[in-house]
Amino acid sequence: MKKFIHMCRCWITRFLKYWDLLVLLVQRDLKLKYRRSFLGYIWSVLNPLLSMVVMAVVFSAMFKRKIPHFPVYLICGNILFSFMRESTNKALTSVIENGSLLKKANVPKYIFTLSKITSCMVNFVLSLGALVIVMIATGVPFRWSNLLIVIPTVELYVFCVGLGMLLAAVTVFFRDIRNIWSVVTLAWMYLTPIFYSLGSFYNDNEPNKILASDAIGLFIRRFNPMYMYIQQFRSFIIQNHDAWEVPTPELMIRGAIVAVVFLIAGVATFNLTQKKFILYI
Amino acid sequence: MKNITEQIGLGEPCIQLNDVTVRFNMAGEKVDNLKEYFVKLMKRELRFKEFCALRDVSLTINKGESWALVGANGAGKSTLLKLICGILSPYKGSVRVRGSIAPMIELGAGFDPNLTAKENIYINGAVLGHSRKFMKEQYDNIVEFAELWDFMDLPIKNYSSGMRARLGFAVATVVDPDILIIDEVLAVGDKSFQKKCRDRIREMQKKGVTLIFVSHAKPPVLELCEHAIWLDHGRICKVGATEEVYEAYESFLDEKTKKTAAK
Repeated sequence: MKKFIHMCRCWITRFLKYWDLLVLLVQRDLKLKYRRSFLGYIWSVLNPLLSMVVMAVVFSAMFKRKIPHFPVYLICGNILFSFMRESTNKALTSVIENGSLLKKANVPKYIFTLSKITSCMVNFVLSLGALVIVMIATGVPFRWSNLLIVIPTVELYVFCVGLGMLLAAVTVFFRDIRNIWSVVTLAWMYLTPIFYSLGSFYNDNEPNKILASDAIGLFIRRFNPMYMYIQQFRSFIIQNHDAWEVPTPELMIRGAIVAVVFLIAGVATFNLTQKKFILYI
Repeated sequence: MKNITEQIGLGEPCIQLNDVTVRFNMAGEKVDNLKEYFVKLMKRELRFKEFCALRDVSLTINKGESWALVGANGAGKSTLLKLICGILSPYKGSVRVRGSIAPMIELGAGFDPNLTAKENIYINGAVLGHSRKFMKEQYDNIVEFAELWDFMDLPIKNYSSGMRARLGFAVATVVDPDILIIDEVLAVGDKSFQKKCRDRIREMQKKGVTLIFVSHAKPPVLELCEHAIWLDHGRICKVGATEEVYEAYESFLDEKTKKTAAK
């Protein structure tokens, strides 16, 4: 126990020592992201807005079940999912890309992974501007309870840090992950209710009959972490009391548990393997 | 944590290596994809292609001493330095280092080519563990030493290697460390800058810094170091006064050249 406390204290002092590095790396990512582009940071708002418009035009005709406030519904799912996709994709290569530096300076390696995910988070916060614009344009009223979106956002951030560290560590040893991950996130996107709702899996008229698609709906409800965060987030923006959705408090608890489990798994994997990184980068 | 910053007097050991062995997988045999991994696992070849960069190296360096590392390319010099910096960990044996380290294994490691020199100074400082506040205070000194006043807002990708080295050296020596590690980094600068660097190193030596220096050029080694280690194929061949070790090393090299010529 005493040893554990000592370890924590060492870890914290080291983290604080490199706090400035973390801040500088996040600043660097943000600076370089839009350097030499005409509109700069406005793109962080414009990009999700434009992709929402494209998806709204494409999908609003396709689904029979009408989703209320579809543009807002869409953009919530979209910005959360793209944060996850972008941050994990960047975290994946964070250790390899900084290989030359890690070989020459004694820096905590997780700083690079953390900085990538954090810079994506900043970008995500900027893209909330797009959400506000869509809410105004489609007449969704603002409430104080909107601010509760902080909870799913923090949960998603912790989840992504865990997943990102796991991926970063594994990718050092198996570069294949880099290629397969884009396919995994693609499948994951279709398994997440971004442009459809869970209700479209269920059959209102024959509640007792189980369809093949019901099984998928059940799977998403139970096991897809992104569903937990996106649905939770949406429920604070638009009150949709669809009977098929899992109630928000339950999502909140489950989301938190999943986030912590992933964080522990990510940190443990990273810690156990990081001594060997240098031999592979 | 290995680097416990504590005050130790001159002459007390500050770097101790006990029977250290460092083992690598051979670079060419790097298994970094799943298919190869399973194929090798099946063939039981995974652990076979190993290579010891250092074998049973024991060494004690006292505070305030200046050591040169000599040896052919691939003899294990850089590995030894990385071990002392804490970048590599030994496969066997123990490494004990007391005091703060200013590593110059590659000047400007971590310079981002797309950022300006000014932005890079702050990032490089942070990589070395300095706070932003401290770097702000030292910023003028760094620019002054590097003599690059007019180029601070230029992206590093437009810098020449010499300019980059100047900036890197200026950032790396911004503090007075306990241990200064220099790995063949002075070769790129021009004559006057090399002299400036040597002067700064000597100044630090006077303040009691422990120096570990790698160079293939003889004059700076003789000028700066009183002790030397000759490494060959990961083993220590000779330890002693710089002149002696260098003579032995050079006669070894001469013989090798003669042998190659005879063939």
